[in-house]
Amino acid sequence: MMKSPTGLLIRRMFRRRLVLIAAVVLLAIIAVAVAAPWLAPYAPNKMDIINRLKGPAGNHWFGTDEFGRDVLSRVMHGAQLSLAVGGMVVVVACILGTLTGVIAGYAKRLDGPVMRLIDALMAFPDILLAIALMAALGPSLFNTVLALGVVYTPRVARVVRAATLVLRELQFVEAATALGARHARIIAIHILPNLVSPLIVQATFIFAYAILTEAALSFLGVGVPPTSPTWGNMIAGAQQYMRQADWLMLAPGGAIVLTVLALQIVGDGLRDALDPKLQKVL
Amino acid sequence: MLTYLARRIAGMFVVMFLVATVVFVIARVVPGDPAAVMMGAAATADDIAALRARLGLDQPLPLQYVMFLKDVLTGNLGDSIFLNRPVAQALAERAELTFFLTLMSVSIAVAIGVPIGIISAVKRGTATDQGVIGLAMLAASLPSFWVGLTLIQYLAVELRWFPVAGYGPPDATLGERLRHLVLPAIALGLPNSALILRFTRTAMLDVLHEDYVRTARAKGLGQAVVVMKHALRNALIPILTVVGLTAAILIAGAIVTETVFGLPGVGNLIVSAVLRRDYPVIQGALLVVSGIYVLINLAVDLLYAVADPRVRY
Repeated sequence: MMKSPTGLLIRRMFRRRLVLIAAVVLLAIIAVAVAAPWLAPYAPNKMDIINRLKGPAGNHWFGTDEFGRDVLSRVMHGAQLSLAVGGMVVVVACILGTLTGVIAGYAKRLDGPVMRLIDALMAFPDILLAIALMAALGPSLFNTVLALGVVYTPRVARVVRAATLVLRELQFVEAATALGARHARIIAIHILPNLVSPLIVQATFIFAYAILTEAALSFLGVGVPPTSPTWGNMIAGAQQYMRQADWLMLAPGGAIVLTVLALQIVGDGLRDALDPKLQKVL
Repeated sequence: MLTYLARRIAGMFVVMFLVATVVFVIARVVPGDPAAVMMGAAATADDIAALRARLGLDQPLPLQYVMFLKDVLTGNLGDSIFLNRPVAQALAERAELTFFLTLMSVSIAVAIGVPIGIISAVKRGTATDQGVIGLAMLAASLPSFWVGLTLIQYLAVELRWFPVAGYGPPDATLGERLRHLVLPAIALGLPNSALILRFTRTAMLDVLHEDYVRTARAKGLGQAVVVMKHALRNALIPILTVVGLTAAILIAGAIVTETVFGLPGVGNLIVSAVLRRDYPVIQGALLVVSGIYVLINLAVDLLYAVADPRVRY
């Protein structure tokens, strides 16, 4: 029953049990994030001053914070924001990166200038470029997505350019050109669909990096404003009460580690399944 | 070799020129008037106009760009708005700490990554190998600031093995200062050891299959000699590349770690500049850090020839 290309891919990917477990964990995290309003035992901002800074117990599995808010509920709602930011960064980076990568790979004359610009962007360490962009744009959820999207664009652009350079020389593109197809058609019908697999692999890793970098930006106070309970913001808030209440930091930190770990394992699995030759190169 | 060097340095200048241009653009995409943003809500129109004139923001954009490039070329990074000193001086004052922090964390990352990567490659496919790969992935998933906070909580606050934060009193000895950097270096080095580990493993796997390794074994050489002398030497280039890359990443990683540990280094300077909207400092720091990043990459390329005599430029 698993004869379709997708079926084959899934079977090849899950041949390693670890990848299967990671995929299940990832789906569970996404499900919890989506269903947070119904699953969370308390409202994320419901204060209960009498029960502030209480350790993990039966009615508050992950304890309560400085306002008596339930940490578990906040981590669940935080998943929504942190995953949404990561997902939107992936979309922005993939759109910008595919655009520049295809232009550079397909139009020989533009290859040099576009790639030099990409090189210049890659000359900045990720977190530094993100901080600089946030300094210019100002802290907000939208700007965080935009800044991280720009930061991760070069990665996508390089992969897409490399793939486009190969695809451009293949016979089906030559045939399409000979038939008189226009460039836009060749790119849309013959190039873009073939970029999907390298893009998916990159997207998974960018998703993971974006969650880590967003958390770092929020922790520094230059990312998503502290009123939104992203995981990074929760850790930043917990710093002050660390000595009395270390659970405040453990729960959101654990959530980040688990999500990023699952994403990396799934990314590795996808890469191996899509192109075993790439395994060593990337 | 000289031709190659000249070509690489010319290429570096092109990239640095583009980097400077990107920095210029970033500082100008500020919505509204950067001078007004920097001065805050309490500033009068006159104050803002004075700052605009001081920063040259009242000039036409192309002229600003030319002036900016001229300043960069002459090494003039401008003056900090809040620190009342030149940006270059502010950076230089904090460079020592960031240098030692980066050096220590690279050492930690190499000390963890390279030996474990070698073991993992030699024991390929065994439970040890699988376990090591799993641990490397776990390490790569750790947010360094969270590791830092956890280390502070357990090793500094509860066990009192290390100082909680800071860089020691002004008259502290170098030894005392370095002791303050141990936990930050672990927080920074541990997550980044994963990359070195994986590259070392892959590079070693590539060479362990080579004929000369088989020949060495056939000669009856011991496992240690084969691995360390015949294989490792030939796997050095990719390992060197990733160590260089890690050093460059760690300089930027110091931004977050220095904030966690309250260390007055370059990273801390950048974060406070961002929070206070001190644009000249942000611009200067961006230029200097990315310049170092580019230089490290160049140095790594040149080191190839040392690591592998077969490489001729």
